[in-house]
Amino acid sequence: MSLKHHLVRPLIGNNPITLQILGICSALAVTTTLSTAITMSVALTVVLCLSGGVISLMRNHIPPSIRLIIQITIVASIVIVIDQFMQAFMFEMSKRLSIFVGLIVTNCLVLGRAEAFAMRNPVVPSVLDGLGNGLGYSLILLIVGTLREFLGTGSLLGVPLVKTVAEGGWFEPLGLMQLAPSAFFILGLMVWLVRVLRPEQVERPEFRLEPAEDRRP
Amino acid sequence: MAEPMSPFRKFFARSNDDLVKIIGMAVLVALVSSAAVSVTSVMLKPYQEANRAAERQARIDQMLDTLPGMRDLMMESGVDTLETRLVNLDDGSFASAEDPAGFDLEAALQDPDASIGLDADADIAGIKRRANQSPVYLLQKDGDLKLIVLPVYGAGYQSTIRAALAIEADLTTIAALAIVEQGDTPGFGARIEEPEWLALWPGKKIADETGAIRIELVRGGASTPYEVDGISGATRTSNGITNMLRFWLGDKGFGPFLTRLRQEGL
Repeated sequence: MSLKHHLVRPLIGNNPITLQILGICSALAVTTTLSTAITMSVALTVVLCLSGGVISLMRNHIPPSIRLIIQITIVASIVIVIDQFMQAFMFEMSKRLSIFVGLIVTNCLVLGRAEAFAMRNPVVPSVLDGLGNGLGYSLILLIVGTLREFLGTGSLLGVPLVKTVAEGGWFEPLGLMQLAPSAFFILGLMVWLVRVLRPEQVERPEFRLEPAEDRRP
Repeated sequence: MAEPMSPFRKFFARSNDDLVKIIGMAVLVALVSSAAVSVTSVMLKPYQEANRAAERQARIDQMLDTLPGMRDLMMESGVDTLETRLVNLDDGSFASAEDPAGFDLEAALQDPDASIGLDADADIAGIKRRANQSPVYLLQKDGDLKLIVLPVYGAGYQSTIRAALAIEADLTTIAALAIVEQGDTPGFGARIEEPEWLALWPGKKIADETGAIRIELVRGGASTPYEVDGISGATRTSNGITNMLRFWLGDKGFGPFLTRLRQEGL
């Protein structure tokens, strides 16, 4: 497996959201506007790279019996440090993201990649795997965030693109898009689309009905 | 191996199933992580404090913008911001000797000479200690008080709520309330920051004719000038605001100061 492979595969082929179905709840929460989706993507990608690197660095000395505790401690510390930095240097952003940054700790994507990849691979592939998965996550978040902000408010990044009915234009904002269920609909449609284009992603059914016995001799 | 291994190396050479290694790694990770977290938090505190202070000032300015005619009045008076004065809370007099800009609330709360402890009965706002002095912000024109802004704070549901209460020249009518800082539940308590809710405040009365503090947040349907609709689903936040205002307008808060202003003027 080449190094590039770690970076590219999680984008669509092994996307953390559409195939691994990880990190869904944050994908619901931060995609009402594009700007929060971007910030969350950047923050999560940084955390994924750092935690992948640190955990991979000490992977040979993490006792298997307490590995989850150690992983979550490391991830939580990294997240707190990043949150502190954001409060110091990106105050406006940190106010809007306040609880979501804390929620990165519980984002199953971070622990999932640490456990599935960083625990058994050297540092460089682990960091790349973190970066790749972070970008894959970001890709989905940006698409969902763009759709939700545009369809829900008629603007992108706070800049009005079409005139809404309220302002005398023709565009009727879809209020549903600003609510959490719409993210589920969009994600579901995206999973569907990806699997139509790439049938190998479709899970095999867990059981299959026997063909009916032929009654005629 | 010819040379003896250092204890550090020896520790890492142990098997990962070894009890010493398990406990050792747990302790090591915990120590390193907590050190990293504490160091960043302490080192970045000045920056964060500066951000919060700027935010508080911006919120107060924002509140002034919502007050009708206030900017015009300030323009007429030839000032671009409110005048800050320090008040001795115990007797309500101005502490004219000291520079209000140098007042540090956190330092005063640490200093037993500059603050008092509140016992449970008096401490309805849940703030434990109260500084002996507090800044107030005034707008005056030709010696007449036009507006006074009192900084108040108290315990909300899961955070300290800091607010600025602007009172009109009659010292009873609320001109506006601004929430300066809060960290209550987003979607519930945090809705106290929403302009729609803050718009309920102007015109409310803090006290009745006898001077008794009556202002409070009520569930649904505020019917008197002393009542403001609380936030549904955020009873503790709403109660926190009621208690905060009652404390700061009361005897331990700005009560003596407001009484003195009513009797003597500025």
